[in-house]
Amino acid sequence: MEALRQLGQYTLLLYQALRSVTEFSTYRKNLFNEFVKIGYQSIPIIILVGVFTGAVLTLQTAYQLDTDLYPAYIVGSIVAQSVIIELAAVISGLVLAGKVGARISTELGTMRVSEQIDALESMGFNSVAFLVLPRIFAGILMFPVLYIIAATLGVIGGVVAGAVDGILPAAEFMKGARSFFFPEDVVFGILKSFVFGFVITSISCFKGYNAYGGAEGVGNATTQATVLSCIYILLSDFILSAILL
Amino acid sequence: MIEIKNISKSFGDNLIWENVSFKIEDGETLAVIGKSGCGKSVFLKHLNALLYPDSGEVIIDGKNVFKLDYSELRLMRQRFGILFQGGALFDSINTFENIAFPLRYFTTDSDAEIKKKVQEALAMVNLEEAGNKATSELSGGMRKRVGLARAIILKPDYLLYDEPTSGLDPQTSDEINELIVSMADSFDLTSIVITHDMHSVLSIAEKVAFLDSQKLSWFGSIDEMKKSEHPPLVEFTTASEYKIKT
Repeated sequence: MEALRQLGQYTLLLYQALRSVTEFSTYRKNLFNEFVKIGYQSIPIIILVGVFTGAVLTLQTAYQLDTDLYPAYIVGSIVAQSVIIELAAVISGLVLAGKVGARISTELGTMRVSEQIDALESMGFNSVAFLVLPRIFAGILMFPVLYIIAATLGVIGGVVAGAVDGILPAAEFMKGARSFFFPEDVVFGILKSFVFGFVITSISCFKGYNAYGGAEGVGNATTQATVLSCIYILLSDFILSAILL
Repeated sequence: MIEIKNISKSFGDNLIWENVSFKIEDGETLAVIGKSGCGKSVFLKHLNALLYPDSGEVIIDGKNVFKLDYSELRLMRQRFGILFQGGALFDSINTFENIAFPLRYFTTDSDAEIKKKVQEALAMVNLEEAGNKATSELSGGMRKRVGLARAIILKPDYLLYDEPTSGLDPQTSDEINELIVSMADSFDLTSIVITHDMHSVLSIAEKVAFLDSQKLSWFGSIDEMKKSEHPPLVEFTTASEYKIKT
């Protein structure tokens, strides 16, 4: 029953956000702020995620395929395709559920319990257009950009790890990566990151916007936002893979 | 005029109050009093539909606020200013920008005009020098005064105060009480003050609504309150007087 009530409230919040799309002057300034916070300020962690995902995957794949049955360049194929189709989007999504999702739910939750959202509404403001909409927009627009950075650096991380560790030369890695490169895999990765961006920002906004009960309530909202975001990232990843692959 | 007609509110199974009805005339200052937890702040948030009742109506200029569509409701809300209990200042911007915030979004004022209006508002609440301060640097009393400056910046018809003197020392409380009276006089405002501070009630109010036992227990003028023998009201006011005297 409680789950149904929450689903109803979440749907209503999304409807209110959608209905407010035309109020661009209300959310313009916050939208650019959120581009910076969600996009630009996440680049350092995304660089780390991308590089190390590709590097570790290369070392592990080479270890598992340490046999004469396969040509060495196959490592490059497996790493590049895994990073592009799955890992760059999913691992970035899980990391950003913590970084971006926790920030959004804490910010909005604190605004709710300190009556700042009531203050906005009491001035005649559309608080959903002002607070929720720019965060969701920035999420769905910035996550694909972050995915492209993570995927590119994942492949580069794989090349460097393979060369430095002496497992396979960079040229061999790239030969493998190119032989099984399909542009639609990139489109699939971008689509996933687009969905993850929506999932994380909308759930975090919902939990923060409806927080109650002081500092403990904000803590609960943030925990729920992060955990639910991770669960729905994994669930939507499975559904998209089942439908599109 | 604000007319409250039979409003009832509960959260789940917890009844807050029921069938509350009275009128607030234009230009009046009404104090809504009652024990902590009796639903005074909840009541206040019904006046501009920040909360909706289970049943009943709040009529302003002939319109039930709970029946307005969202765009009408937003226009109606702009006729209200609210001083929230903790000030509800936006902590991502400084004091000046907090007060300027409604002007930037709801008027076409130039930066120079906004600056002039904000400085006038700061002067009214005796905080001329606080414009550049971050909200985290403000004391409790200063936060309330900045909140008040923001509440009056669009020159509302109705000013709502949620526990304006709670958590303040007696001297600062007196300053806030004086501000409430001067705001009502300067702008010809209708003021509704939520409080359990009887010293404040006696300083500012013309009418009193007493919430007790999940209903409107008593309603009348300040002179009637002083003479009233309504037992729960006498008990409440006597406890306050005892505290003041001791």
